[in-house]
Amino acid sequence: MSQPAAPLTMAGTADRAGRARTPGALALRTGAGLLATVTLVALAAPLLAPGDPAVLGEAADRLLSPSPAHPLGTDVLGRDVLARLVHGSRVSLLAGWLCALVAVAVGTAVGLAAGSGPRWLDRLLMTLTDACLAFPRIFLVLLIVSLTKPSLALTMAVIGLTGWMGVARLVRAETLSLREREFVAAARGLGLSPWRVNVRHVLPALWPTIIVAASLRVGSAILTESFLSFLGLGAQEPTVSWGAMIQAGRPVLLEAWWLSTFPGLALALTVVGCNLLGDGLRARLDPRQEAGRDG
Amino acid sequence: MFPWLARRLLSSLLMIVLLMTMVFAVVRLAPGDPLEAGVVETVESRDRELLRQRLGLDEPLADQYLRWVAGSLRGDWGTSLRQQRPVVDIVREAAGPTLLLSLTAWLLHLVLAVAAAVVMAARRGSTLDHLVGGVGLVLLSLPGFWLGLMLTLLFARQLGWLPAGGMHGADAALLPAGARLLDLLRHLVLPTLTLALGSFMATARYTRAALDEALGQDFILAARARGIGERRLLWRHALPHALLPLVTLAGLQLPQLLGGAVVIEVVFGWPGLGRVAVEAIGARDYPVVMAVTLLSAVLVTAGSLLADLGYRRADPRVGLSDGVTP
Repeated sequence: MSQPAAPLTMAGTADRAGRARTPGALALRTGAGLLATVTLVALAAPLLAPGDPAVLGEAADRLLSPSPAHPLGTDVLGRDVLARLVHGSRVSLLAGWLCALVAVAVGTAVGLAAGSGPRWLDRLLMTLTDACLAFPRIFLVLLIVSLTKPSLALTMAVIGLTGWMGVARLVRAETLSLREREFVAAARGLGLSPWRVNVRHVLPALWPTIIVAASLRVGSAILTESFLSFLGLGAQEPTVSWGAMIQAGRPVLLEAWWLSTFPGLALALTVVGCNLLGDGLRARLDPRQEAGRDG
Repeated sequence: MFPWLARRLLSSLLMIVLLMTMVFAVVRLAPGDPLEAGVVETVESRDRELLRQRLGLDEPLADQYLRWVAGSLRGDWGTSLRQQRPVVDIVREAAGPTLLLSLTAWLLHLVLAVAAAVVMAARRGSTLDHLVGGVGLVLLSLPGFWLGLMLTLLFARQLGWLPAGGMHGADAALLPAGARLLDLLRHLVLPTLTLALGSFMATARYTRAALDEALGQDFILAARARGIGERRLLWRHALPHALLPLVTLAGLQLPQLLGGAVVIEVVFGWPGLGRVAVEAIGARDYPVVMAVTLLSAVLVTAGSLLADLGYRRADPRVGLSDGVTP
């Protein structure tokens, strides 16, 4: 353990580092590309979508299989699936980013306070974090969402506010180790207030950890939102969401496979993009490969 | 050992009390009273007042809280508003199917995870390594409910090999024991597969990282120098070493799997806790929702306690007397 066997270990680490760099870059590029594409589609949805996603078709237009006129077919009400798919990207991306933002903001605040504050505060906050972590999150989300009228804003707030625990633990651990570093000790020694030390000196050093945790959280937030929409607890008509589209296609799965299949593929591509981006960023920014577990 | 265990048990107990408070607070501090949220629209306003009295909703919050905590600890979880029978019975019926599904899926997920990790670590940097990693990442990114639907479409609708949902066939009660078991197993395949496929990569990545670390250590070098084959080296020397963190991970995976089971039970019509919860939520049947949420939280707390104990048993370097828990 203490005496490394020079040649073989050296070769081993060199090999490992070399291997880690290439796929990290590849993952980063692929993930960023996928996510950029979906983001562009979401931003330009009204321009890109062939027609209005809410326009009802004639009776003859219902459940048409994919054809040149409707590349991804039409749904039970004769609406164009491609148009709905393009518009649905907005809900997923918005939910993903906003939830991740809320989760990371709360998690960072809690983690920073616990890591740099007095011992009793640390104890208190970490007990709270562990208690929240012990809930299977989906039950908590279902419980809260079900008690009020379903809406997209509420769903996003709840997903965000129940996802901060993993980030809090990561940030706390990182803060505890940063606290012992010389530049932080120096800042304290200069007589800066604890607040100033945290915001101006500790927080900037935490950025890599925070960015990686955030990018990995976007994908899981998108999946949670899609499941709630699938249950009818998320975005409500006329807002289009991929989860609700999958649910709408469920009763006619056998006759019209395209209804549920394409929104699922779109979700998968988006989440793969997020996860690749997160992996790539982690390989680049955080060589310790500390995985941000889903809170 | 005992001081540590006592402290750990005490903190688990505190945790459960905290969780109970959270469940109660979430349900009762939400706007409106449970009766107004549309549980029983048909009830006349006079009867509604009576019902409110019978459920104790007119008492002060603190009294309601104490009564609920005391009842929960005694195993009395109240009466379902919709089904008009004890919540304990409903939960007891649903717990079996959920445990069956979760444990089978957990075992399969573990087998897949270790297999994938070993393949990736053995062929490090090869096409196979990237292929397994890539396929796993895609599976990890799929929405579970959608994967379930697609598997149903393929194996149940198109090929007709397996039933599309439920836990028993329509004629299961009439079948002899052996055929009934086979029927149950056939119904179990798709939900288990969906759950395991969607989750194994998370564990595989941790195991793979642990394997990589183990393979870089001196005892592996020493074993290799003694002429032990690569295959034996991987399976008999590195893997046991790498499985240690898996003990903790297995406990942490429990919330994940229980949460995943909710999704899968809804898609496959599996009569478990998740489906009960989702149905109760739709009907605003809050005693059932509170019970299921609490039960899952208790299961998770117990799981992490077991994982801690297992970790301490498995790794002699971690003293059983010190109070530091990972």
